[in-house]
Amino acid sequence: MSDTGSSTSAQQPRLELKGITKSYPGVLANDHIDLKILPGEIHALLGENGAGKSTLVKIIYGALKADSGTISWNGERIDISNPHAARKLGIGMIFQHFSLFEAMTVAENIALSMPGRQNMAKLSKRIVEISENYGLPLQPDRQVHTLSVGEKQRIEIVRCLLQSPKLLIMDEPTSVLTPQEAEKMFLTLRRLSEEGVSILYISHKLDEIKALCHKATIMRAGKYISECDPTIETAKSLAEMMIGTDLRAPKHNDTGERGSVRLKVHNLSLDSNDQFGVDLNLINFEVRSGEILGIAGVAGNGQVELLEVLSGEALSKKPEEILFENKPIGNLGPSLRRKQGIAFVPEDRLGHGSVPEMSLVDNAFLSAYDQKQLINNGFIDRKKTKQFAKEIVENFDVRTAGVSHAANSLSGGNLQKFIVGREMLQDPQLIIIAHPTWGVDAGAAAAIHQAIIDLAAKGAAILVVSQDLDELFAISNRMAVIAEGRLSVGRNVQELSIEEIGLLMGGTTGSASQKEFESVV
Amino acid sequence: MLFKIEKRPEASQLMVYATPIFALILTILTGSFLFHFLGVDPVEGLRNFFVKPIDNTYGATELFVKATPLILCAIGLSVGFRANVWNIGAEGQLTMGAIVGGGVFVYFHDVDSVFLLPIMIVMGAIGGALWAAIPAFLKTRFNANEILTSLMLVYVALLVLSLLVHGSWRDPDGFNFPESRIFSESATMPILIEGTRLHFGTILALLAVLGTWIMLSKTLIGFQIKVIGAAPKAGGYAGFSQKKIVWFSLLFGGAMAGIAGLSEVAGPVGQLLPSISPGYGFTAIIVAFLGRLHPVGIIFAGLLMALTYLGGETAQINLGLPVAVTGVFQGMVLFFLLACDVLVNFRIRFTLFGKAVS
Repeated sequence: MSDTGSSTSAQQPRLELKGITKSYPGVLANDHIDLKILPGEIHALLGENGAGKSTLVKIIYGALKADSGTISWNGERIDISNPHAARKLGIGMIFQHFSLFEAMTVAENIALSMPGRQNMAKLSKRIVEISENYGLPLQPDRQVHTLSVGEKQRIEIVRCLLQSPKLLIMDEPTSVLTPQEAEKMFLTLRRLSEEGVSILYISHKLDEIKALCHKATIMRAGKYISECDPTIETAKSLAEMMIGTDLRAPKHNDTGERGSVRLKVHNLSLDSNDQFGVDLNLINFEVRSGEILGIAGVAGNGQVELLEVLSGEALSKKPEEILFENKPIGNLGPSLRRKQGIAFVPEDRLGHGSVPEMSLVDNAFLSAYDQKQLINNGFIDRKKTKQFAKEIVENFDVRTAGVSHAANSLSGGNLQKFIVGREMLQDPQLIIIAHPTWGVDAGAAAAIHQAIIDLAAKGAAILVVSQDLDELFAISNRMAVIAEGRLSVGRNVQELSIEEIGLLMGGTTGSASQKEFESVV
Repeated sequence: MLFKIEKRPEASQLMVYATPIFALILTILTGSFLFHFLGVDPVEGLRNFFVKPIDNTYGATELFVKATPLILCAIGLSVGFRANVWNIGAEGQLTMGAIVGGGVFVYFHDVDSVFLLPIMIVMGAIGGALWAAIPAFLKTRFNANEILTSLMLVYVALLVLSLLVHGSWRDPDGFNFPESRIFSESATMPILIEGTRLHFGTILALLAVLGTWIMLSKTLIGFQIKVIGAAPKAGGYAGFSQKKIVWFSLLFGGAMAGIAGLSEVAGPVGQLLPSISPGYGFTAIIVAFLGRLHPVGIIFAGLLMALTYLGGETAQINLGLPVAVTGVFQGMVLFFLLACDVLVNFRIRFTLFGKAVS
């Protein structure tokens, strides 16, 4: 099993799916899907959001039951009735949406997924061992609700690795890692592969798949499209197979000219309310008119706190720490900041950027009622609000059955386009966008990127906070990195390399963490 | 044959309106068994409970008399419930409204003015609102749970009322009975239909329903209430103040309950007594949920719950059943409603050996 990439066809597949079909109310999520994974193979599952990848892996993991089709494990036909059975076979799974108990500690959550009673002290020690070994730092006794998205994912990864699986399913595992961390994890995965562990790897990041995977199965709209060798395909050809249309890179006419300073953050420090949160420490940056500033960083390094204090959901200690067009705004709440021409797209689409069970009309009203004058003599102007919602849907190509449908009936990408559209159509002077394309399919991501660039071209100042470096490199003019509550100096994107950014993300601004980083390398 | 419960892609609007009816049917079925085991013919029992009380004009007007305080309290509570503010102390706010509003008469009993009753109504609303302001303050300042504080204040309010009618507010000509003076005509709700007890409070209740409906569906504050209730973080993102909504919904709920209390003492009761309500403030919680927190639904739910009060009395008189049967019926309605509400977000599908029966 040394040469895993070009395994012979005679080899017994570890897992083989034939004709897997699964329907949800109103949707055929999987339509006769075939999939074959050999021992030690790293197999990519590629597809847009809503292509049915998550459904398929949940079936493999026993979390869902297929309506029809067969599953074979080492050539033997089996029935995986529940995740427990899957784990017993040796299937480990890292879900895209975490299945963690928020009120329990990291170690308790991991203990819950292990068979039998656990010695918590021993388990904690093993967690620390494994997490250090794979470069996924975790404190076993911290409560999950205090962790960032990135840290929560680390729990899921460590949880699987603890059980020495035969087949590891990973749903977008690197989306919250620095390039160095991802690279290190790839080393781990390759080592696992050499040890004979099969890996089913789901990702949007085509370069990653090319670099890591031996085989790729492509799905589109619930159907099996093809199986190919990603090492000989180009990222572009893979993407085209995935979305079925030609992919367009965002058009960027960077003239290098900048307008006046719109947003200036000066020595902003703020203690987090959360005892495990990150304190902001002397943050300085400015965003000019017509400029896109990207802030990169691994989740849980102060992004949440920074975004809150910029949106007005948290107030700064001194109003002068945040200046908008030279006026202090640090003491103003969200509504007053919007009045000045600032718009926000928060990280969490459902429940933060929108009210899930309310209609698109109501969600259009949510943040735009003042700027768009949707209140008439004290009463909500339904007609005008509906008009505005329709305008968003049309201008931003939001695919929905109608604006009276609830926000949570839209796919992630379409809802994100709706929220971005709602904020952009208020003609903001400054727009602050968190993770603009997190979990959004390639088509919607391209549309959102183009909209951001177009808005900057019209003279708005734009601040994008994201973990996706490719995204930041594609759209930003300047970039800074947040690590441990500190922000690096913003630099022009042309002068930066992914490696430099990665080092900054590892926290090299603080010398202590740099040493730690180097010692791990 | 197995059945499985699966999540609906979107909440079913049909079920939102159908589950109260399911709950009612299940209550009637279970009630039939209950009557059977109590040794009463179920048909006769149900007839006495649901039909007989309202098969005449007087009975029908009595239904509205009983529904008035229920609807007033429930409409006020529904605003808070929509904002996830769990005020369950409407009974206490009702009592405090009756004390403050009725107190106006106690001190101005010799005044004969058209302004007396309106002032009493306003003071009733203020009294209820002030009582609800205590949990609002405790919640916004100390993050104290309003379920506990509002509930505990109910008993304080009842004791304050008892203290007053046993003490300084006792009728000097009342042979030492613990009751206030009987309210004069200018301090009493006008009767709407001669020969019945149907009074002006019912009109107030309907106006409150209309006003609340407009507020919730057409104004910014109503929108804020709904957003804070459904997604507090989205409310914070939009710049809505959670504290403001806590204050508003508790004060509003308290004011409505206060008006309900005043309209009872200045209406059917006619004076301040140690006990002025058979638990209207608590039953109103059921009314609010049974009416789907919707103003129009609350009218129907209020009438239905009023019927359980009347039905309980009729069953007591005609069939010799204990008065607790009222509480049992009210509890069953809420119980079955909450159970049936699963169908709003989930549906049941019958499957045959893992394969869907289509």
